[in-house]
Amino acid sequence: MALDTEKRDFKIVGTRAPRPDGIDKVTGRAQFGADKSAPGMLVGQILRSPHAHARIKSIDTSAAEALSGVKSVITSADFDKASNSFNQDALDNCMAREKALYHGHAVAAVAAISPSVAKQALKLIKVDYEVLPHVIEVEDAIKPDAPIVQECRQAADTPAGLSQNITHQMSFGHGDLDAGFAKADLVIERSFKTAATHQGYIEPHACLATMGSDGKADLWCCTQGQYYVRELCADFLGMETSQLRVTASEIGGGFGGKTTVFIEPVALALSRKAGKPVKLVMTRDEVFKATGPTISTFSDVKIGMTKDGRITAAHAMLRYQGGAFPCGTIEFGLMSAFAAYDLEAVTAEGFNVMTNRPRQAAYRAPGAPVAIYPVESVVDELCQQLDLDPLDVRLKNAASKGTKSSYGPTFDDIGLVATLEAAKAHPHYSAPLGPNQGRGLSCGFWFNFGGNTSVSLNLNADGTVGIVEGNPDIGGSRASISQMAAEELGIPYDNIRTTIADTSSLGFNDVTDGSRVTFAVGLATIKAARDAIQKMCKRVAKLWDIDEDAVVWEDGYAKPAGPNAGDFEPMSIAEIAAMANSTGGPIAGHHEVNADGAGVSFGVHLVDLEIDPETGHTTILRYTVFQDAGKAVNPDYVEGQMQGGAVQGIGWALNEEYIYGDDGLLQNPGFLDYRIPVASDLPPIEAVILEIPNPGHPYGVRGVGETSIVPPLAALSNGVSRAIGHRMYQLPMSPPKILKTIKG
Amino acid sequence: MSKIHVTTTLNGDQVEYLCEPQETLLDVLRNQLDLTGSKEGCGSGDCGACSVTLNGRLVCSCLVLAAEAEGNEIDTIEGMADGEQLHPLQQKFLDHAALQCGVCTPGFLVAAKALLAKNPNPTEVEVRYWLAGNLCRCTGYDKIINAVMDAAAEMRGA
Repeated sequence: MALDTEKRDFKIVGTRAPRPDGIDKVTGRAQFGADKSAPGMLVGQILRSPHAHARIKSIDTSAAEALSGVKSVITSADFDKASNSFNQDALDNCMAREKALYHGHAVAAVAAISPSVAKQALKLIKVDYEVLPHVIEVEDAIKPDAPIVQECRQAADTPAGLSQNITHQMSFGHGDLDAGFAKADLVIERSFKTAATHQGYIEPHACLATMGSDGKADLWCCTQGQYYVRELCADFLGMETSQLRVTASEIGGGFGGKTTVFIEPVALALSRKAGKPVKLVMTRDEVFKATGPTISTFSDVKIGMTKDGRITAAHAMLRYQGGAFPCGTIEFGLMSAFAAYDLEAVTAEGFNVMTNRPRQAAYRAPGAPVAIYPVESVVDELCQQLDLDPLDVRLKNAASKGTKSSYGPTFDDIGLVATLEAAKAHPHYSAPLGPNQGRGLSCGFWFNFGGNTSVSLNLNADGTVGIVEGNPDIGGSRASISQMAAEELGIPYDNIRTTIADTSSLGFNDVTDGSRVTFAVGLATIKAARDAIQKMCKRVAKLWDIDEDAVVWEDGYAKPAGPNAGDFEPMSIAEIAAMANSTGGPIAGHHEVNADGAGVSFGVHLVDLEIDPETGHTTILRYTVFQDAGKAVNPDYVEGQMQGGAVQGIGWALNEEYIYGDDGLLQNPGFLDYRIPVASDLPPIEAVILEIPNPGHPYGVRGVGETSIVPPLAALSNGVSRAIGHRMYQLPMSPPKILKTIKG
Repeated sequence: MSKIHVTTTLNGDQVEYLCEPQETLLDVLRNQLDLTGSKEGCGSGDCGACSVTLNGRLVCSCLVLAAEAEGNEIDTIEGMADGEQLHPLQQKFLDHAALQCGVCTPGFLVAAKALLAKNPNPTEVEVRYWLAGNLCRCTGYDKIINAVMDAAAEMRGA
């Protein structure tokens, strides 16, 4: 669906409309995953592997089953075989089959009348483990003699001399690298490491499952995608999808981590066996051990540059580990690594390797932050050595409309140059710096998705409108959807209420991911509104006995136009709604689409920071985010995405990491030892919104949710490197690591 | 195991409940009294999502035993608005778009109210340090801090 050709003077889109779920959320009324109960409800709990890697020789649940108050006990034997290998991996991650593949992997579960009985029952389950050698780090897992995490899963084209743990091997790019590097005045090649991080949503996974003996089931859960939860759970339990209704609760953060299932099939299986509702809520310890996290990486980047700052060739070798299952996130990393640059010769190649860690889950722009971090670090080092301004160099090499991207497609209208120019013109870029201070910058990129979307728009008898959509609202999307509908219909924002449907009440919707919702659901909402407008105009044309085309819609009124202009009094939406009974019945608009044209997104971040040379501690002094939103439907929530993503990236750069002992056990599964940024760590985060319309959306909207987490990694690394006078090549840059680098 | 009988004042009303000795105040608020506005984000006092006040003092209700509420006054997010009238902090959180997912919001509001009761005129740095015990993963804190500063100014003027 193309950008409207007529330039619009927006009335409601672009305003800071209050969010419809606001009052519920400031009063404690909003119901999140763990906030729902059912009569006769049991408590579910999960037994988890104490080992990093172990064969499960046997599980004896008889003592647990015999305990008074225990209503069901399940293991992997209680699930069907999944319909394909990807789904089977998701199921095996929910409940281990032959082997426990990581510390915290689920091996059995119980449902009991109280938490204390459930806890006691878990202790009575006897699991006979044969402990196996484990592997945790990328560089160890790729060695030919590394412990094999899962047999027979390696990529067919695994490079010679590497481990069977390698599951995805691929390459993107174009041009003659050798010729390109030969043209360079300076070539720099460096290796980088990044640690695995967790999405860190504040709400642990929670669900309430009810399955009756008739095979029908209801599931309430915190998820980014109720339809995908339905698909997976129905597959694992051998149900028809029509028999499982999934309702998404309010969601307490997801960031990609709630795009799959962990406990939902377990709760359903427990409920099926017990014949009672089962509530299952993860502890924070379980969230860290068995959900998320991101990939960790070990990568090499080589870039050549002329003295005047033109990049002549670029190569990246990216190595990702995505936990104990095959993980395709490497593809996004390889595709995004050089997306910001217009290059004649570029190659990004790499692979994924399995380790004895939790199965990777998507995290905001999955794969991109850790791919762009080494690239932006090497570009900055080249700029420093050649004494060039890092913003000028990025402008000189920036991708723009017509650029053949490093991953294949040719870019349409994109906002990178405008974003870089905005950063250059901003007072932040020319502000003076003091001793031990440094300024870092980085570009960021994300593809953005569209995807399958259904929207219904129902006209109520009083002329107000109910919108039914199917994507959990994770950051204010109900407000932006209502705004777009109000804009299109020409009625007040307050006359619209947007509701998120359960899986039985609306057609299919893809998961809330890929920054797709404001774009794709917005697009479908606009089309559904246009559908309703057409129907309303038709009703009015019949009443007036004039041609349907002679009725136009303006500001919430049907008006006679053309030769009939002025012949009839305009009819308001309320008047049309009031007489719907007598003009043909209820009026509703619909739109179903597999949306494309999402429009890629670029951002630039600037950071000023100061390093304490005694402790290695980093203080962030100033932070500015520049990002292209296409069209900011609700600037408050666009800024919120830009600020929130930036701070998650700051955490990734400075503090956050999964720490394992030699025994392969996770040592920091809690918010005390896995430290996410707190308010006192941060300065105000200034957000500068650019609006370069997306040609693929009627209002020009682009997704804004993910790009913001990409630049902070390199921006902070470049800032720290410039402040201390030594380059940093590893994340997180915790104080001991910075101190060690300072002291050489 | 016999249960303990507790009488306490909750959001101004006298309530009674029976709890197990190991149960936390958060467990009882959520599971017995249906006050699910206080959230369990960690169960270890690290995230602040379960913040309530105990005799006016800010505490994590996941770290307080339910039995300890005996004879004391507990205030939760559910008691913050006066009927339909939102507390100025609640209104400013809406005005400043200081929430995204909203799961940390009750804890931030209770914590911010406790701050303004002690210090009606905090600096931005004081607000940031006071709220350092409340984790938010969505907002980057910027709009939360603005909302609290604005509410403080309005409450001083009122």
